Amino acid sequence: MELKTFVGGLHPPDSKSRSAQKPIEQCPLPELLVIPASQHIGAPAEICVAVGDQVKKGQVIATAKGFVSVPIHASTSGEVVAVEPRPHPMGRNLPAVVIKPDGLDQWDDSLQGNNPDELDVDTLKKMICQAGIVGLGGATFPAHVKLSPPEGKTIDTLILNGVECEPYLTADHRLMLEECDQIIDGINILRKVLGISRAVIGIEANKPDAIAKMTAECAPHNIEVQALKVQYPQGAEKQLIDACTGRQVPSGGLPMDCGVVVQNVGTAAAISTAIRLGRPLVERIATVTGSAVAQPKNLRIAIGTPLQHLVDQCGGLTGTPGKIIMGGPMMGQAQLSLGVPAIRGTSGLLILREEEVSAKAAGPCIRCGRCVSVCPIHLQPTTIAAYARLSMFDETETCHALDCIECGCCTYICPATLPLVQSIRFAKGAIMEKKRKS
Amino acid sequence: MLAAVLSIGGIGFIAATALGIAAKKFAVEVDPRELAILEALPGANCGACGLPGCSGYAKGVVDGSIYPTLCTPGGSETIQAIANILGIEAAAVEPKVGIVACQGDNSKAANKYRYLGLQDCNAAQKLADGPKTCPSGCLGLGSCERACPFGAIEMTAENLAVINREKCTGCGKCVSVCPRQVIKIAPAEATVHVLCNSHDKGALVRKYCQIGCIACNICAKTVPDAYVIDKFLASANYEHIENAAAAIEKCPTKCIRDFSTGYPEGSSFLPPTIPAKTKAA
Amino acid sequence: MENQLYLSSSPHIHSGETTEKVMRLVIYALLPAAILSVYFFGLQALGVLLICTLGCMAFEAIGCKALKQPSTLADGSAALTGILLALNLPPSIPWWIALLGAGIAILIGKQLYGGLGYNPFNPALVARVVLLISFPVQMTTWTAPAPIGSGVDAVSSATPLGEIKTAVMLTGKLPEFASGSLNNFFVGNMAGCIGEVSALALLLGGIFLIYKKVISWHIPVSFVGSVLLIGGIFWLVDPSKYPNPVLHLITGGLILGAFFMATDMVTSPITYKGMVIFGCGCGLLTVLIRLFGAYPEGVSFAILLMNACTPLIDRYTSPKIYGQVEQKA
Repeated sequence: MELKTFVGGLHPPDSKSRSAQKPIEQCPLPELLVIPASQHIGAPAEICVAVGDQVKKGQVIATAKGFVSVPIHASTSGEVVAVEPRPHPMGRNLPAVVIKPDGLDQWDDSLQGNNPDELDVDTLKKMICQAGIVGLGGATFPAHVKLSPPEGKTIDTLILNGVECEPYLTADHRLMLEECDQIIDGINILRKVLGISRAVIGIEANKPDAIAKMTAECAPHNIEVQALKVQYPQGAEKQLIDACTGRQVPSGGLPMDCGVVVQNVGTAAAISTAIRLGRPLVERIATVTGSAVAQPKNLRIAIGTPLQHLVDQCGGLTGTPGKIIMGGPMMGQAQLSLGVPAIRGTSGLLILREEEVSAKAAGPCIRCGRCVSVCPIHLQPTTIAAYARLSMFDETETCHALDCIECGCCTYICPATLPLVQSIRFAKGAIMEKKRKS
Repeated sequence: MLAAVLSIGGIGFIAATALGIAAKKFAVEVDPRELAILEALPGANCGACGLPGCSGYAKGVVDGSIYPTLCTPGGSETIQAIANILGIEAAAVEPKVGIVACQGDNSKAANKYRYLGLQDCNAAQKLADGPKTCPSGCLGLGSCERACPFGAIEMTAENLAVINREKCTGCGKCVSVCPRQVIKIAPAEATVHVLCNSHDKGALVRKYCQIGCIACNICAKTVPDAYVIDKFLASANYEHIENAAAAIEKCPTKCIRDFSTGYPEGSSFLPPTIPAKTKAA
Repeated sequence: MENQLYLSSSPHIHSGETTEKVMRLVIYALLPAAILSVYFFGLQALGVLLICTLGCMAFEAIGCKALKQPSTLADGSAALTGILLALNLPPSIPWWIALLGAGIAILIGKQLYGGLGYNPFNPALVARVVLLISFPVQMTTWTAPAPIGSGVDAVSSATPLGEIKTAVMLTGKLPEFASGSLNNFFVGNMAGCIGEVSALALLLGGIFLIYKKVISWHIPVSFVGSVLLIGGIFWLVDPSKYPNPVLHLITGGLILGAFFMATDMVTSPITYKGMVIFGCGCGLLTVLIRLFGAYPEGVSFAILLMNACTPLIDRYTSPKIYGQVEQKA
């Protein structure tokens, strides 16, 4: 099959072999679950339980606030022992509900399964929102928002993101191998909601088994499987759309502006569970890996499980940990400690050894142009970063700083080890702040 | 030889004439007072007056859209000069200097993590609120040093910002770039300051900093008027600076410093040999 | 202070590519040419190489110290500048001129602008051109190659390009050798700068750099290609007056310039389109200077002139960003 791709990008060592062949394991519940109210892009949910309340698995513990927001649910049954700010993966203390599991793991009785064929589109959308479904690739954008294009925008293609281009991560890979049926069911529901028939699953060519399996299973459902070149960031929304359809999302626009909706394969599976079984998003699959993890695994985890518990399930640490990263190594977020909980966006937990962390000081830019050639948005990262360092933010905007997707290619390749992405991100923050003020 | 001298000389002459004519012909009319004021200003374009540069300030002062007393870097002299040019009465201004209200360098204050990346305090602050465990201490990555138009700020080897009181003009540029508001502008005649910015409770401060204010109240008890404690942080009361130095020895964490006797540890600045700037008459 | 985890903004892994590695690979790529030049020109050439390299490193250390900057000696850029400078000097150059050149390259060509990454002009070429203008006699006194062990004494001789220029100026016709076999020139058996002599060794080094992805093909190919094309057009117009384009290619400093000097990252454009424009500009200027200028060789001047255009080229060749087309449509 012809491998499609985009222009730019690079291929870091994918380091997936540690966990690619490990079947998904159920992670036992920890002693305490810490469930933050803010787990998605948009307004944080509002906590609606109090200390001492008994909650059932799947019960709403925080309600959505606004359109771009989703409710949060209890990941197991038990007692609420605290409602207070707790360390959050974002790096600061944010409101969270702490639940002490009762060990029964009892679902809320009111949750009922449905047959999607008997439901109308609006009801389906509402159920997806009520189930707290967000993009599980890591960006955690509420799914129902993507499924509600405003008047005048027509959607003709649904793209399923099974690329998993981040090195180390294998959660989506395992999901495609093991829960293919749910993904396909989710795709069918999504097609019904969007009222379209074309669906494409993009999978990077380094997962031949997943491509073979999905191709075989998807054939009767009229779902295309597109093998993609192994090239980071193939799984970034804009690059994936370009590779799969040849279309480009307009600068400053959304995928729906070019007629496409992109959902992660994990999200599709979660939507199937939410509709068929009526079960909200209270667990997800995450890869726990890295050189400092004794036995890397793919785990099915309850939302709110502390990272320390995940490490314990994987044989503990080996060597001195140097960096704890939630998500993949290219776009994940470094953590202060293993005390923070896994949330809906936690596609992986990567722990690097101290000696693997490059602490080289940044040198001067030698204008080698590597950042320019790898940028998948075709920006000039070094120019933007230079302006940002001089606080010349108007110039960074003219250089299209706001179009940067922060994929990390430029920083990865830079021989002067300049923190280009950080500079650009800093500039983006300054530009946005300026825009808010005016 | 002669030809060369003549031709070069000729070219020079023609160019000079052309420039002269152009200067006359395309001259922009400027109020002479504006030029005179611009001349009197320090020319650092620091922005202390709230305008982007000295020329903007001069223009504003002449057309009356802005007060003539806002140039803190220039101090009383400049204000007097502007007043003379405009023919108005000048009010005396109090000279001010910036104070870094923190002594918690890397040897004395704990860090939550080892920071890698952009050497800029504002960028570091965005990463889990900065590496320093203390939520209000100096991050030491030198954003203020780079922002200072007068070269008055240095970073010590242990990453603490220190402001030179003789070079500082009190323009406040550093205050606006510091993500943690560690820098305060204080009257130059006050030399005794509590160098801590943490409003955390004493027990918590002790955990992350050896030289932070623990709000024990001893300074306020020793010299009652000179110190006030607000939200677990002592600060010098600049209205009563006379005996403030008496509390320095008593402070258990040594976070009070008299700048007339020396700068914080690690600084290369020498204590001022001349007496501190006094209030202009 | 027990908690010593690292924290940084993403990404958290790095390619391991470093400035030192880039510089080291370029130095490796220059070694065949340097070794061959020592073979052809003897210990004299070795001396110049050593003086320039060590001189540049010493001046780099002095410059960093004087400007109170952290030492950048370890990144290898100064050593590289030294080697490039040496390869751009005639083998018979007096040692003090070579040392002066090293000083000009590092102190004036590089440190005064702020050190590595900030110099607008290729430091080695700045030094070469300053020396060429200041010491025209010493800088154009060439010796014929006297391979080690051949027993031949070094004699002064003109460069092929110099001979062509003289012949064309005097008689309006090309000298005889210009229409003969060019094999000797290709391996380096001709008078010229230390590093200009062997097109073959330089080409090997250049291909190594492209293979290692240290440089991209854009500048060398467009540079050499435009020289061949423009030189070829002139040759077709009047073969008795204008030399064969192949002669353009393998004599003088074209290969050295195209693969090692014009590709200096700091002073060349960062976009592919810009690189092609830069290369073509270098090629055009080189041919024009060689055919119509006062100097027989124009590569250094051409590259320096194009260096000056680099910011402008970069400005106008910003790639079209992802998603920009649709927005306008």
